[in-house]
Amino acid sequence: MPWDRNQMAERAAKELEDGMYVNLGIGIPTLVANYVGDKDITLQSENGMLGMGPFPFEGEEDPDLINAGKQTITEMDRTAYFDSSQSFGMIRGGKIAAAILGAMEVAENGDLANWMIPGKLVKGMGGAMDLVAGVGRVIVVMDHTNKHGASKVLKDCTLPLTGKGVVDLIISNLGVLEVVKGGLRIVETAPDVSEDDIRAATEATIV
Amino acid sequence: MKKIYKNATEALDGILKDDMLIAAGGFGLCGIPELLLEAIKQSGVKDLTFASNNAGVDDFGIGILLQTRQVKKMMSSYVGENDEFMRQYLAGELEIEFNPQGTLAERMRAGGCGIPGFYTKTGVGTQVAEGKEHKDFNGQTYVLEEGIFADLSIVKAWKADETGNCIFRKTARNFNPPAAMCGKICVMEVEEIVPVGSLDSDHIHMPGIYVHRLIQGTHEKRIEQRTVRQKETA
Repeated sequence: MPWDRNQMAERAAKELEDGMYVNLGIGIPTLVANYVGDKDITLQSENGMLGMGPFPFEGEEDPDLINAGKQTITEMDRTAYFDSSQSFGMIRGGKIAAAILGAMEVAENGDLANWMIPGKLVKGMGGAMDLVAGVGRVIVVMDHTNKHGASKVLKDCTLPLTGKGVVDLIISNLGVLEVVKGGLRIVETAPDVSEDDIRAATEATIV
Repeated sequence: MKKIYKNATEALDGILKDDMLIAAGGFGLCGIPELLLEAIKQSGVKDLTFASNNAGVDDFGIGILLQTRQVKKMMSSYVGENDEFMRQYLAGELEIEFNPQGTLAERMRAGGCGIPGFYTKTGVGTQVAEGKEHKDFNGQTYVLEEGIFADLSIVKAWKADETGNCIFRKTARNFNPPAAMCGKICVMEVEEIVPVGSLDSDHIHMPGIYVHRLIQGTHEKRIEQRTVRQKETA
C-alpha cells in the first residue's frame, strides 16, 4: 500500500531532529507538525515568526497573527517575531536546518519545480526560491506520479525551476529517495511497494 | 518636528503623483496600511507601481486600487488571492515583476540602507536570474539584485510615539520595516499614538527617523483565511 498524505507527513517527521528550526510548506508539509512527537522542533513561518503554534480555537483568532499561508495561528511561550528581511536573512543565511516542501517535479540532479506552469495562471513563487536556496536540507513531499500516471520524478524538469540542484530527499507516496551523485538512491519503500514498483514509476536514473 | 496629521488624506497631501513607485508594508491582508490605501484611491492618482509582497483581495488592500485602474505595475512575490488582478494581468493591462519573497524584502532593506545592489543565491538557475549579472564567491554562484528606492513608503504599525518611534504587533510587522526604510518619504498609520516617553526605548522596533508623517485611525484588520481548531471534548 502506498502511503497516504498523513503517512507521508509522518515519514517526513522522522527526518527532523531534536533542536531543529524548520520551515514547513503549504499542503502535506503542514501535516508534518502533527508527527514530531517529543522532539523539540521550532517551526518558522517566513512572514516573520519562530515558534509557530497550532490553529486558534474559534473566537480566539487574531488578525495580526497568521502563517505564511495567511491562516490564523497561535503563538507559543518561546515565540519570537521579526520583519520579513530578517526572516529571509535567517533563511538565506543557512540558519534554518530544513524545509519540507511540495513539488510539481523533481529531477535526479535535485532540480525542483513547484511554482509555475507555463500557459496557466502564475501566482508567484512566494518564499519558495529563497527557502530552497538557503536552508540546510530540502525535503520534498509529493505524489510520485501525476493524475495521468506520468512520473513526477524526472531526468530533467520540464517546468520552470524553483531552484537548481537543491533537493536532498524525496518522500513520495511510494517511498523515500535520496539525491546522490549520478541519480537517486532508494532509501525506503512504502509497505507492499517494491523497488521495482518505484523504478517503474520513476523516469529519473536510480543508482 | 510635527509628524502627526489629522487623517490619511492630509498625511498624503502634496506627495502623491502619477507614475510614482510606492513601497507598501503588509503580508496578505495582515499589517497593511489600509487607511492610506483608501486615501490613495480617493486621490485618483494613477499609473502607480507598487513594491508589495501581495496585491490584496478584490475589495481590500491594494485590490481597491486595481478596481479603479490606478496601478500600472506590481513588484510582488505572490498575487494568488485576487481575481481582478488576474483578469487585468491576463488582459495585458497590468505588469507584474515577480520577486522571490526574501529578495523583495532585501531589495527594500538595501534601498533603505543606501545599498544599490547585492548578490544572492536565491533564484540562480531560474527565470528570476535571467538577464542579471552573475558572480562567483567561494565557488558558489550568486545573482545581482538591485535595491529598491521608492518615492513613497506607506506602512502600518501598532503603536507609535509622537516622533514615530514604533512597535509592531505579532506577524503584522512583516514587510513594514523594510518598506518604511526604502522610501524618500514614509507615511505610517498606527492604531494608537502615545505620548513621547511612554514607550520603553529598549523595546522600539523601528526608530522614528524612518517615519515622516504619522496618523492614528481605526482599522478593519480583515482576516483572509480564518482557520480554527475544535476544542477537544472530554
